[in-house]
Order: sequence, then structure tokens, then C-alpha cells
Amino acid sequence: MGEFKVHRVRFFDYMPTAIRAMAFNSRTERLALARADGALEIFNFADNYFQEKVIPGQDGRAVEALCWVGQRLFSAGLNGEITEYDLENLRPRYTVEAYGGPIWTISSNSQGTLLAVSRRERNFNDIQCFDFVFCDLLGRIISLSWHPSGTLIAAGMMDMIRIFDAETGRATHRLLVERGVGASKSKEVVVWSIVFLSDHTIVSGDSAGKVQIWDGVTGTLVRTQLVTKWDVLALSVSNDESSLVAGTSEGTVVQFQFISSTVGQQDKEWVRTRTFKNHSHDVRALAHTETAVVSGGMDTQLVVRPLLDKVEKNTQESALRKMTLPHRSLVCCAKKAGLLLFQFPDHLELWRLGESDGHGKPGDSLPVKRKPEKLIQLKRKGEDHICCSALSPCGGWLAYSTVTSFRLYRLQNNNISITKVSKLPKDLRSAHQLCFSPDSSKLFASSSHSSVIVVALNQPECKYLHTLKPKSGSRQPVHLLFASEDGKWLATANTDCEIHVYNLDKLKLHCTVPVYSSCPTAIAIHPTTSNLVAVHADQQIFEFSLVQKEYTEWSRKLQKQGLHSLWLERDTPITHVAFNPQNPAHIILHDTFMFCIIDQSLPLPEAKTPFYNQMTLRSLPEPQRIIHSHAFKICKNFQHLMCVSLLEDHSLVVVERPLLNIMSQLPAPVRQKKFAT
Amino acid sequence: MAALYEGYTLCGLAPAQNLLSSGIQGVEAERDSDHVVVTDSTRSVTLYKVSDQKPLSSWTVKQGQTLTCSAVYNSQTKEYVAVSDGKVSSDVWRVHCVAGGEPVVLFQRGAVRLLDSLLSAPQQSIEEILAQEEVIRWSTNIVTESQQVVIFTTEQKGDHFLYLQRLNPNTLQRYRLEREEPGLSPLSFSASCRDKHICLLYLYPNGHVYQSVVPVRGLGADEGAQALLMPRSLLLALPIGEGLLEAASAQVLDDAHVAVVGVPHPSAGAGKDFLCIWNTNFQTLQAGKEMAGKIYGQLWRYSNKLFIPHGKTLSVIPYEWPKSSLASALGKLRQAKTEGELKQICTAPVVIKTCANDVHKTKTMDVQGLQPSVGQLASTLVSRSLDDPTFYTPSSLAQLVHTRCLCHSVCPDLVLLALERKDYFLCQLCLQFFPDIPEAVTCACLKRHRNEILQTAYSDSFLLPHLKDLSSQHVLLFLQYLQFLYLKYSQDAFPQMHGLRSPSLTQIMDWVCLLLDAHFTVLVMTPEAKGLLLNLHSFVKSQVRLVSELGKIEGSLQELNKMKVKKDVGQYSIEVIELF
Repeated sequence: MGEFKVHRVRFFDYMPTAIRAMAFNSRTERLALARADGALEIFNFADNYFQEKVIPGQDGRAVEALCWVGQRLFSAGLNGEITEYDLENLRPRYTVEAYGGPIWTISSNSQGTLLAVSRRERNFNDIQCFDFVFCDLLGRIISLSWHPSGTLIAAGMMDMIRIFDAETGRATHRLLVERGVGASKSKEVVVWSIVFLSDHTIVSGDSAGKVQIWDGVTGTLVRTQLVTKWDVLALSVSNDESSLVAGTSEGTVVQFQFISSTVGQQDKEWVRTRTFKNHSHDVRALAHTETAVVSGGMDTQLVVRPLLDKVEKNTQESALRKMTLPHRSLVCCAKKAGLLLFQFPDHLELWRLGESDGHGKPGDSLPVKRKPEKLIQLKRKGEDHICCSALSPCGGWLAYSTVTSFRLYRLQNNNISITKVSKLPKDLRSAHQLCFSPDSSKLFASSSHSSVIVVALNQPECKYLHTLKPKSGSRQPVHLLFASEDGKWLATANTDCEIHVYNLDKLKLHCTVPVYSSCPTAIAIHPTTSNLVAVHADQQIFEFSLVQKEYTEWSRKLQKQGLHSLWLERDTPITHVAFNPQNPAHIILHDTFMFCIIDQSLPLPEAKTPFYNQMTLRSLPEPQRIIHSHAFKICKNFQHLMCVSLLEDHSLVVVERPLLNIMSQLPAPVRQKKFAT
Repeated sequence: MAALYEGYTLCGLAPAQNLLSSGIQGVEAERDSDHVVVTDSTRSVTLYKVSDQKPLSSWTVKQGQTLTCSAVYNSQTKEYVAVSDGKVSSDVWRVHCVAGGEPVVLFQRGAVRLLDSLLSAPQQSIEEILAQEEVIRWSTNIVTESQQVVIFTTEQKGDHFLYLQRLNPNTLQRYRLEREEPGLSPLSFSASCRDKHICLLYLYPNGHVYQSVVPVRGLGADEGAQALLMPRSLLLALPIGEGLLEAASAQVLDDAHVAVVGVPHPSAGAGKDFLCIWNTNFQTLQAGKEMAGKIYGQLWRYSNKLFIPHGKTLSVIPYEWPKSSLASALGKLRQAKTEGELKQICTAPVVIKTCANDVHKTKTMDVQGLQPSVGQLASTLVSRSLDDPTFYTPSSLAQLVHTRCLCHSVCPDLVLLALERKDYFLCQLCLQFFPDIPEAVTCACLKRHRNEILQTAYSDSFLLPHLKDLSSQHVLLFLQYLQFLYLKYSQDAFPQMHGLRSPSLTQIMDWVCLLLDAHFTVLVMTPEAKGLLLNLHSFVKSQVRLVSELGKIEGSLQELNKMKVKKDVGQYSIEVIELF
């Protein structure tokens, strides 16, 4: 197969921020997730948990609560604003000032007609429905929950829970929450989370570490369960109200189930059943889906913990998933210039790779003659975080976009100068995705309704050429762009799972690849055969001939035979596809935990073939290797990959972000698990 | 084992200013082993009585004259022969005279004449044997039963030759010595006669000692023809430390021993001022003695004395060596010879007591030196005890054994004596301290004894036949005891608790195996042994299973060990990978 010189890069200090809030839309199976920097992410749980959309954050936007109303997504935060998001253009649609202080919580009634937020105005703490304002003079409202009937609202406050009549706005019950024992006796207890069940049971989680079950009709405490020494921060109940989970500051998630405590008895009660420990830090956000507990918090990881009584055991569905790294590339590699562009929310870093003149045998580390060098750190302008960026293959152009602005820079790498291109076409105001043509003469920017703006890059200015639009009329954003090496084709993929290919000579749509049910996670066009390779969130690989406008023979063979089960079981998407100019049969792919070279000239692995066979092949004598070889050459030497790219000198660049490095930058957890404690 | 005794000074030296020569031309034997003639490098000759370290007489040549070579003593005529100022008929190299032979004169150009014939015809012409630029380096004269031979070596342009001049009839044989490393010339030669062959021993500066053997009788035909290459064998490669030897000499003592002076002692560091006796058969160092002051590379031997000029003295060092044997070479031979003084002690028990006490007191002193006397004392005591049933000195013997200077070969009857007298304490001590108890004796002890024996050193193959002598009842009992011991020790987490003298588990197991080997058929036939054997069988089975399990664990643990420690990857590295 061959030797590769690999630039192993670990200086991309990508740091995801803490998860603050979560909302699961069980109808669309989308999970909305808010991070501490205000960014929103949409995961499609129906499509292999693919992170299909990211709405970049904004300085000062601190989302405290998220709420789906039908397919609309609302957030509220400590800046006192309620925001609805435009999930097609990946930006806030509008923001409503709630005329008060910080908003702690937002909740819609089950009919999806009313939205309640808690706010603090002057001395009043109130719940503002869009029609009503319930006043309460006593304390801040931290948490809210509508009764499914929409007639009552339960509010978690300091030291108490109040139940309001949604129609009259009157408080019907006041439930006093006991403070913690000992030193914390003098401290107010905060009801961090509350759930109002249809049988008028109210479940609360508080800062004293208690989960309490109340009878909302009589206003009496039914049961108290101390689950942690610290805070119970989040609660989430399953749709059928038979299971409930509580997230704590210790990083544990405790499950309660509504079952009869003794076999054969009809009386059911809430019984603590399971404890999951998948987080090192506070669990701030929880979602109880049909089959799994989804949790997130300070340690930045999104964890999907399937409930083994709801899924079939030992299937892919029953596997625990931890999602830390994004499902899109934050690294852009200029393969001609040997430069790397790292995208952070508030700045960009441009690095030049190091050099080595040594030769070594496989397994060696070569002496680094020239160290890598950070050439430029570019701070973004404005409040909005960077949503996409690109570096031209020659390293001469750099572009980035936020939801409100677009910037293009001319780079001179010899004397490291950066000049902003001031005159930009007015159509180019913002982009979801950016891509330069391989000869660096054009810039492609995906815009609204899956359209792509084509701009010619000429010095000193750049000129608008055309806007490419698909015929499908999809309103979804384009999240993948790929311009072919020969400059003839541009492929786009959107979250409607459509892949469109445009002919750049004619500036016209060339074809649309048959829509597959799973979202494309990486696309690329082969430099010589002009075959489009698309990899989807469900790990399927398709090869589509742009000339014949049909799937290639190899693709059909692959579909017929099926991918190896171990390939399908991987739980991170392929985020990049590249080709090896030295060998046209090679396709280079990578996910978070491996990179893979598919040799199309070799037989596909059978179901019983050992899939990860590199070690075996290594131990075999040369002539026998070919017998045991199959098309998938998988290298797991490098982990937590953010980027794998092939430079023009045929050396590989792998950008790793070890999870340990991310963990080490987190604040100390409240409680650390010690051995045997 | 060869030994060098305390030396003494025969005379002072007046070494040359540059310390290159000792100021002595030679030491020659006189009438007996106690008299030597020492010729100094200028003009005086002195006769010494060696044991008295006293000059008996001395004479000098006239002022202005010098002595050409060492004076020799003609024992037949009781005359001394010396050559002064080099000339007789031609330039003289040396006069040689050995007991039983006539004095011969070796001329510098290689001719040899009997002194008598020379004196009878002083003006006769002396032929030139040697080539141009060929010079004599060393010569000697050997008399065998039939033949007198003058042997000399020459050097010509870096090549060395050996000449054998036989007298009556006169024949001359010329051999060429094999070249050593370029530039190295032999430092010393030594010749001896053995089995009608002449052994020539020569030492090179690189520490190599070679031996060449040539027949005394000439080959006749090829006389005067081309020099034959003399075959040689490397006898010793002496450790020389750093650099090459400069002044060193090797002297044959007998067919197995060589005395070497001027070569470092292998365990005493770099200094080269040592006199050592090496056993060439076993390549072992037999004795060594440090010689103070400069060594001139001169060494003479007459009877059992070595004469060594060193520093500013000529020392006489008596030595002795037994017949070469492995035992002696390894220092295990029974010390039969003892010094005379001890013989007297044996007569009176009172003296023995005193002596024993002395031994006890001096125990802390040089143990090495004490060994022969302790051995002598012990064997005397033992033989007397064996002779006289009423005489037995257990405490003295115990004391002697305690010195750890004794071993079985020194005093072979001690253990049996102790057994006979049922002195089990002494027996135990012997078993504990003696490294060389024969297996037969061990078995004898075994019949009477129990733990100590298990710890003695033995060899399977020798012990086995003796073990077979045990009766099956004994074996059974012994096996039961061993099993008991084994179970006891293996249950106990700290077998050391029983004291240092308890046998180890492996020792017990070895004995079990030995006993079973020796008596297996008998035991199988013995009904009483059945239970015991079954017990042992199941025990061994479980042990084997345990070991195989442990082996598996070991295997997997080793795999763990082999697992690569993940190297710490820095912020950036350039690596080479290979995909297959």
C-alpha cells in the first residue's frame, strides 16, 4: 500500500464550551442544544445523531433555556431576550425583549400556543405569558413547567414551588421546599428544575440535592429522595411519564421510574432505579427520549445513554455515544502552501507546517528541521461568532463569515501580510459554507435556500459572477461545498440530504444525485474520473459518475454486497473525503477515531473478513498480504481527528485534538471519584 | 597447590643508573642446591651459601677488565670458569657448564667449542655460523642422559631463530620461530628437557607464553639446510593490563608450572611487580607474590629456589609445587605435607589444647595461612581418636570445624569419626561447613540423621547409587518426613521463621525426587507406600496444574509488559506510517 509521511498536529487548541440547555423534539427527533457561548446545535437523532446544523454563538448571548414549539425553536437567556431561530438560515430569526432582567426559564404549553418565561423586573418576579403576566412578589422564578392540560403552571423558586392557574394567573398552591441540613441550613434552597406531570404530580430538583415528588392537587409532599450531596440541576421526563431522570453536579444522572415497588401490586410510585455516571462535571441539561437519556453539561460532551429496557441489547442502538468533537471541519488545509487554518468562535489561526528533511522507516519520528509556526491570529469583528472560514489552496486568500458579515483577506505569506479586501459584492453578506476553487480564482459561498454565490477573485477587488440555485427549491442551508480539481464542477450538499452538482463552465446545474435518506457528511469529486464520492451520516458510501449521471459500477457493487458491519458500527461521521493523486484508486476518508484509505482496486471485505486487518497484514510476509488484503485500509494510529488532508507533496496532515487535552482545560469538578469511595 | 614461601635477600644490587639492568650478569649453580655463584655486570664474582644468605668468597678481575659472561662452576674439576674481556680465539658469548656436562664456550658468531679443546688449542680458528646482522639473544646448555646440547636463539631483522648445537657428535639444527605480532620479540626464553625432547618456553611482550618442542636427537639429514619452522603452541595468555610488557621473564618449573615475573597479578591491578606461578594445564594461577622495586626481567631457578633481582636486592624465593592435578589446581587437594614444627605438637595432648586455643585466638587472622595447620591439627586429632577408642576431643574438633578452614578432603575421617562416636552436633557442623563431602559419606549420615543433610551439597548422579542402599523402610520413613516438612513449610508463609538452618522447599523437593528415583520400583511394590505415593501423586498433579495456570498468567502479564508505552506526542511531530 505504501508509506506516508505524516504531519501530526496537536496545536489546534479547539475548546468546546459547556452545554447549558437542551430540548428534544420527539416529533422530528431533533435535539436542540445550547452551549455557554450562545451557539446552538441541532442533532438529528433519526439520522445517526448527526449534527446537522450549527448556529454560531454571539457575545453576550447566554442561553439558559431552550424550547421547541412545533418545529420552531425558542431560547431565553440571562440577557433578558427571547429568541426564535431561523433554522433554514442558521441565525436568530428575531429577538423579543422581555422587559426585565435575566430569564431563567422558558416553557411552552403542550398545545404549542403559549410560551411562558420567568423574568425579574424591578422588584417583581413574574412569569410572562404572551398574554398574561403573573406577578409574584416573593422570589425569583428559576424553573417552570406547564401542566399538559395547559391550565396550570408550576414554578420553582427559592425555598418554594408555586402553582399558578394559567387562566386567572392566581397562585393556587405554595409548596415549601426544605433546606439542606447542617451548614446549608442557612442557605436558600433553589428549585433548579421542575416537572409537572399530567396526573398533577410535581417533581422538583433542588440545590440541596433532593428530588421531591409532590401531589399538585393537595399540595403535599409525597416523597423525598436525596440523590446527591450537591445540586440537582436538571430534570427530564419521558413522554409517557413513566420514567424521569435527574442530573446532578456530581456528573451523575439518576433515573426514577413509575412502577409498583412490590411485584403484583397495582399501586405505582416513583422509585429510584438507575444511576449513570458519564460526566465528570455538572449535568446541566437533560432530555429523556423514547429510548435514551441524553445529557450534557460542563464537560462539554453530549452523551446519549440508551435505556437497555427500551432498546434491543447488543445492537448499535444500545451503544453509548459520546459526542465531543463537531461533525464538521474547523480546519482548512492549503495543500499547495502547506498552511493550516484553524477556526475558533472568535478568531482564526493560520499556521505553517514544519519541515523535516529526514527519511525514516515506518514507526519513526523524523527530526523536525523547521518547527510549525503561527503566522497569523485574526480576531473577528463584531459580536457574532465565526460560522465558517476557508483558506485558498495556494494560501493567498482567506475568508470567513459570521451570520451578519463576510470578510475576505489577501495574504502574502512570504512577508506575512494580510490585507482586507474592502470592496465586496453586495450579495456576499453572509455564508453558511465557504470554498475556494483549486486554482484560487473563485470563491463559492453558500447562501440562503441552498444557493451558492460564485465570486471571481481578481486583484484588487473581487467580482460577483453568479448565483447557483438548485431546482428542488429546498430552503435548507448548504453545509458541504466541493469544487473539483479541474475547476469544472461544484458539488453542494444540504440538510435536505440533496446533493447538487453544478457545471462551472456553464454556471448551470449539471445534475442532482438521487436523494438518499441520510444526510451527506462529506462529499468530494475525483480529480481524474469526475466521480462524486459522498459519505452519509449512516456511514454509507456512494460513488456517482458525473459524466454518466449514474452510480458507478463500484458503488453498485458496494451497495449490493453491503458495507462491513464494523464500518457501519462506527459512531462518528466521515467528515472529509480526499483523493490520492498518485493512485487514482485511492479514496482517503476520516472520522474522529480513524482514517481510512479505500483502494477501489482491491476486493471489498466480506462480512466474515477481519475488517481491521492492518496488524495482521503487517505480520504477514509480503506475498501473502495480497491474499488477505481488502479495500479498506484503516489506520487508528491517530485519534480525535479534526482533519486529515493530503498535501501536494503527498504527505498527510492529521490534526488531533486529544480529549484529555480538552478535559485538562475544564475547571475542577465538584467531586472527583476516588478509587474505592 | 604450588606455593611461594617467604623470600629472603641474598645480596644487594648495584643497578645501572638508568635502572635498565640489575647489575647482575648471572646466577649459576655451584656444588649443591645451597650454593650459587653470582656474577655482577662489571668484574666481580661472589660465591654465596644461600640458606645462610652469606657470601663465602669473592674475586674480581683486574681494574679495567670486565667479565664477559657469568662465571660458571665446573663441578667435575671443582674449578670456576670466567671469561674476561670477551676474547679467547674469537668474541665469546658465554661459557656454559651444567652438572654432568663439560664446560662449553659459545662464541658470538655462533660457534661452539668444548672448553677443553679450546684450551688445548687456543689459536684454532673459530668458524662463523651466524649470518651478518644475526646476533645471539639467549643461550643455555642442557645435558640429557646421552647428549649435551647448547641451545641459543638469535635475531636477524626481526626474525628469531633457534639453534640446537649437539656435541659429540656435533650437529647443528636451525629453526625459525613463528612471528608474533609485528615488532614483538620474545622477552625471555627458558628451556627444559623432557622425554628426549627439548621444550622451549618463551614469553612475548603481549603476555603470550609459547611452547615449542624439538627432539634432542637431530633429524640428521637436513642439517645445515633451510631453517625449519618451529611449531609452537600457546601455553598461556597472561593478562598484561595496559600496554606491553617491558621486562618480564618466564621460567619453566616442570611440565605444568611456569614461574613468571614482571607480569601483573590478574586480581591485583596494574602493577607488574609480581612473581606468579601458573599451572599451564589448567591455566590457573597457583601462587603470587609481590616483588618490591623494579623488575629487570631476570629470573633464575636452581632446585626449589627462584632468584629474582628486583629493586636493589637479589631475592631468593623458595617455592614448592605438587604434581599438577585438577584438585591441586583448584585448591582442594588434601594438604598432606606440612611444616615440620607441627609434627611435634601431636605428641602431647596438652600441647594440642594450647595449640587449639591458639588457633581459636588467631581465627580472625589470616585464615588462608591457617588452613594447613588447622588441617594438620584436625587430622592428627582424628587419627589419634580413631586409634585410641578412649580419646575423643569433640569440643576441639568442633572449634576447628567452626574455623571454616577445614574441608572434607583435608580430614576425610572426621565425619565418619563423628558418626561413629555419635557426635551428631559435630556431624551437623561438618555437613554445614564442608563443601566437599562425598556422596557415600552423605548417605552414611543420612542413615543416622535428618534436616542438616538436606542442605548439604551433593550431585545427583553420585548420590543416586548410594541412596539405593537405604532400606525401603528407611525410604518410606524419610519420604514421610520430607512430605511432612514440605507441607509444613508450604503452609507457613514465612519459612525463614524456622531459622536459617532449615532446608528450603526446593531442597526438600529435590530430595523427594531423588528418593523416588532411587527406590521407585521398590516403593511401588510396597503396600505401605501406596497411600504416600498416591498423596504425592495428587499433590504433584495439583502443582503441575497450578504451574500451568501460572504459566498462562505469566504469558499474559508478559504481553502487558510488551505493550508499548504510549509515547508522549508533543504538539507536533512528523512521523512515518505504513499501510498494508
